[in-house]
Amino acid sequence: MIRRNPSVTAFVYLTAGWLFSLTTGWSEEIPPNQLAFFEKHVRPLLANHCYSCHSDDASSLKANLRLDTSEGILNGGNSGPAIIPRKPNESLIIQVVTGSHADLKKMPPKMPLTKTEVSLLRKWITMGAPDPRTTKLAQTEVQSSIDYEAGRTFWAFQAPKRSQPEVKDKKWARTAIDRYVLAGLEGIKARPVRDARPATLLRRAYYDLTGLPPTPEQMKTFVEDERPDAFARVVDELLASPQFGERWGRHWMDVARYAESTGMERNFTYPTAWRYRDYVIKSLNEDKPFNQFVREQIAGDLLPAKNAELESEQLVATAFLAMGPKSLNERNKEIFNMDIVDEQIDVTTRAFMGLTVSCARCHDHKFDPISQMDYYSMAGFFTSTKTHYGTGGGNGNRQVSTLIPLSTNDPSKQEAIAAHKQQMKKLQSDLAKAQKIAKSKRPNDQNVIDVWMEKRDEAREQVTLMQKRLKNLRGKKVPKLDQTMGVSDHAAPKDTHFRMRGDVAQRGPVARRGFLPVISKNPFPAIPEKQSGRIELANWIASEDNPLTARVTANRVWKHLFGEGIVRTVDNFGKTGERPSNSALLDYLATRLVEQKWSIKSMVREIMLSRTYQLSSEYEDELYHSDPDNRLFGRMHHRRLDAEAIRDTILFVSGQLDLRPGKGSVLQEIGNTNIGQNTRIQAELRSGPNKKRAVYQPVVRNLAPDFMKTFDFAESSIIVGRRDITTVPTQALLLMNSKAINNHAGRLAERILKEADDRSERLKRAFNLTLCREPHSAEREQFFAFMNEISDDELEQWTLACQTLFASAEFRYLE
Amino acid sequence: MHTIHTPSRRHLLKSLSAGFGYMAFSGISAQANNPMAPRQSHFPARAKRVIFACMRGGPSHVDTFDYKPALSRDNGKTTAQSRNRKLMESPWCFSQHGQSGLWISELFPHLAKHADNLCVLNGMYADVPSHPECFLQLHTGSFQFVRPSMGAWVSYGLGTENENLPGFITISPPNRVGGAQNYGSAFLPAFYQGTRIGNFGQSLKDVSIDNLKNTGLSRSQQRKQLDLVQHMNHDLQQRREHNQQIEGVIESYELAFRMQSAVPEVMNIDNEDPKTLADYGIGDQATDNFGRQCLLARRYAEAGVRFIEITHANWDQHGSLRAKLESNCTAVDQPLAALLRDLKQRGMLEDTLVVWGGEFGRTPHVKKEDGRDHNSSGFTFWMAGGGVKGGMTHGATDEHGISAVEGRVHFHDLHATILHLLGLDHERLTYNYAGRDFRLTDVYGHVIRDIMA
Repeated sequence: MIRRNPSVTAFVYLTAGWLFSLTTGWSEEIPPNQLAFFEKHVRPLLANHCYSCHSDDASSLKANLRLDTSEGILNGGNSGPAIIPRKPNESLIIQVVTGSHADLKKMPPKMPLTKTEVSLLRKWITMGAPDPRTTKLAQTEVQSSIDYEAGRTFWAFQAPKRSQPEVKDKKWARTAIDRYVLAGLEGIKARPVRDARPATLLRRAYYDLTGLPPTPEQMKTFVEDERPDAFARVVDELLASPQFGERWGRHWMDVARYAESTGMERNFTYPTAWRYRDYVIKSLNEDKPFNQFVREQIAGDLLPAKNAELESEQLVATAFLAMGPKSLNERNKEIFNMDIVDEQIDVTTRAFMGLTVSCARCHDHKFDPISQMDYYSMAGFFTSTKTHYGTGGGNGNRQVSTLIPLSTNDPSKQEAIAAHKQQMKKLQSDLAKAQKIAKSKRPNDQNVIDVWMEKRDEAREQVTLMQKRLKNLRGKKVPKLDQTMGVSDHAAPKDTHFRMRGDVAQRGPVARRGFLPVISKNPFPAIPEKQSGRIELANWIASEDNPLTARVTANRVWKHLFGEGIVRTVDNFGKTGERPSNSALLDYLATRLVEQKWSIKSMVREIMLSRTYQLSSEYEDELYHSDPDNRLFGRMHHRRLDAEAIRDTILFVSGQLDLRPGKGSVLQEIGNTNIGQNTRIQAELRSGPNKKRAVYQPVVRNLAPDFMKTFDFAESSIIVGRRDITTVPTQALLLMNSKAINNHAGRLAERILKEADDRSERLKRAFNLTLCREPHSAEREQFFAFMNEISDDELEQWTLACQTLFASAEFRYLE
Repeated sequence: MHTIHTPSRRHLLKSLSAGFGYMAFSGISAQANNPMAPRQSHFPARAKRVIFACMRGGPSHVDTFDYKPALSRDNGKTTAQSRNRKLMESPWCFSQHGQSGLWISELFPHLAKHADNLCVLNGMYADVPSHPECFLQLHTGSFQFVRPSMGAWVSYGLGTENENLPGFITISPPNRVGGAQNYGSAFLPAFYQGTRIGNFGQSLKDVSIDNLKNTGLSRSQQRKQLDLVQHMNHDLQQRREHNQQIEGVIESYELAFRMQSAVPEVMNIDNEDPKTLADYGIGDQATDNFGRQCLLARRYAEAGVRFIEITHANWDQHGSLRAKLESNCTAVDQPLAALLRDLKQRGMLEDTLVVWGGEFGRTPHVKKEDGRDHNSSGFTFWMAGGGVKGGMTHGATDEHGISAVEGRVHFHDLHATILHLLGLDHERLTYNYAGRDFRLTDVYGHVIRDIMA
């Protein structure tokens, strides 16, 4: 990681010297104390104040002057050498930064150097301007001991291959998936357990596809439906419901570290982040091909769009790259930018390919065949990209950013905006003309003075009038274009430099933009001039020739339907990740995904219609002993519901859940602000503000609602493909003691008191709603005994009974 | 604590030794060891627990524990580092204390009596003079990335000595400067995150762990409800043999029920000797709140919590240094002294490490006639007990207190040292996440061996 202490930086540089085996240039001759002085004072000064216009990284190089190399600074630009060693007073750079040069403007234009900084610069020039930044450095080869050829033999880097599973039992399997699973089980001489009961299966399917339980009526219909395709019908119906996207969208949002604030030391809101949430939900509901989904999130801004709506949608998709946590108080722009780039590399490679490329920022990857040079090859795509996250300045935010305006399809809106713009423009130009006349010089010629005065007075009147009109026009309500977070190409995209030990200031050779050689032997397509290359990157990741993307995606789908992946480390397919427990099955799913045009719904459907998915989760001795961890899926995993499903079910069965899609976000109303300082809003957010589905609740970093956090909601600052499942006393305390839970139980009690007439029927109703089954006789007795004992008040009795059901293990587990 | 006799009790006791493992992460089935149970340290520990008194805002070192005679000599002068700022001598007098002759300012008369227990680190430094960054780095080692808090690492490394209580407790933490990230578990299992007691600014008289108390039911009524829940759970468990998760749920309820009495027992200070309360300054307006924090810290330490953080703010004296620093010191001096004395009397100071400090120190230069600015290049922490030498200073700043020049200690080094005292090797305390092993100290950290007793 990058340490800020300058003396450490100097040390890093010194030790890095041998890496680059310098034979010529300054650094051999520079005395250590001078080198330390340069590294400590001069390099950071130049980097912070001058590089943005005078370096290789400048979006447009000013005055042909480069201050980022020794040659550049000595040879100078349009006005001649910037320094004359040992002669600070004669050095152009001193004259310019002090504003004492007759012709040249004082530099830097916005933030002049402090006296201390100027004196440091003078001192350096007096020393003879010792400068280790020779361009020779940039041409030196970086050594790496990575053997890509050997690396490619690792299972994950080889293309998925379809195989034909051989099974002994010819009767059990119903689908292709079943044959792969059965072959795996037969390989360890095991057999799958029996099929799940219909009621169990239906509850499982409802939660898996919608995150909500079936109603007692839906349950009854299904159990009584004897058609052979009854289950397939339910699956199709649920896949088509809007709840599918809400459920599966949230799965993706975990991976995309979706959040509506920067997190970190200052916590600024992202008031437009919700558009990305809606985009994800919509994409899943529309069953957008996953490869298209990938392309849009990496390069949506560069993809062609048929109409304004699609164009907007694709722009919103790129919020994926802009949404990471950010240290807005960071002073050093370059560190800040390279941290964003690092986060973008991390999310792009891990989310889509299960690869931890960001481990290679400071050195070659310790386990996977990814060199540090490969990292900077990828970094070039993102250093060539501008990230828009839209946080205003002040309040400790040193890294201000804009948003991207979205185009609109609404013609009246378009016209209104255009008309307003036109009016403003005309008025401003008229005003400028009038002002010119009003302020014009009195002529010396007495003959024209009357005319001049007349004209001037008229102009003065006009100015007053037009200023008034301009004020009105400015105050007029004009429809504003919607805005989104996202990315766009940099004005001057180009390759970036290798950075020694990950230190942003220690530049090595240029790393040509390209993709990981371990995955692709073919040369990376040429990146057109003035483009970041993100589109080529996106196409490459989303390609069916990429051995990882389809595998990682299919594995994620499997994980959400079984509780565990075929590779359990869903975000890590590298060497330190797990090997697939059934690689033939994983490869089948990966190739099948591509075959079915990357349709997630088809994949989900095919898996759910397999006999494997429909197995019971019950314990069977023999299977348990041959496969205790159930790595081969001979039974269904017993799964705990996630935080969203538990919360939504409590609200749903108590008749409070508002199933209409959430609109926008509370954060949008709050606007762009440092939420880390607003205790009132913090308390509101912690309590979980609305009755919409959990997926529509604002996700503010470090401020997850208490309920969600208690039930292992994904940490929104990091990529989470697989949430922790913990069982801790705070969950018990919450379900038994929280006033909110007690209130919800009260609402359910009111409901069953209304919907059923006698005690037995009411208990039946309560069980059916919460557990999707009827109580057995012992339970009935226990409940009634408890209710009689606990209170005389009927509503209170039922409230506590319902709360007991919410608190039961069965309520939060899926069989 | 109450003894609870229920049908499930015997079963519970029986399964206790093997059972807890299933509680925390059923997902990681290979790792079926109890996340709460005390764990073996890497080498013999000097300290079993830590009390961290966090002074948010950055206390001025040159006015408290870093005596700078040259600052008085050069009062009103400028320095090479800052030509337009004048040095300001400390408005307070320093004198030597204890047999060791430790220099402590008159702002800490009570603590000065424990001079021979204090190990003062005068060579502390951090990376940037900005509150949120330094505060996060102090707590998690990083402000660039989201990382687990040191308290989370400690409870991950050592577990807890009392299964009825969390391993890491933070009392009245600030909600700014990184908020919950300062006591979060990041990629470590959520189990290890700090349990928050009260919010900053909330009176400690009436706070506790969230949802600890059931306001509607009496304890016996609640037991009845719990029995019904457990009936259902046992029933389910019987139907589903070998289900570790259900067993975990059953145990979590019993544990929660025990916590309901264990936590209030710790929180309830009514049975403390009135003299003890007075010692801590409880009841006196100036010292009441922090006195309560210190007393609670002792009580949680006694009850077996591994890492207890208490917070006092605000030490950010850009102005009104004279008045505000003095009132801050008054607020913490007597309570901290009482804490040390109390721990000593109970024989707990030997294995309890007390750590005091903030995210950075302050400049010796004056601001607005009566203030000092942020200074991350040199400042002070002190430690006491838990295997560190008393009555010593380690490291030093330059003659004016601007930069640490000798025995420099970065937060990474502080972390490495704290872990070391707890018997943990900071290079071996790792957690595998996203394909690599992470540590609290990342790739940094040196244990300060000179201060080990």
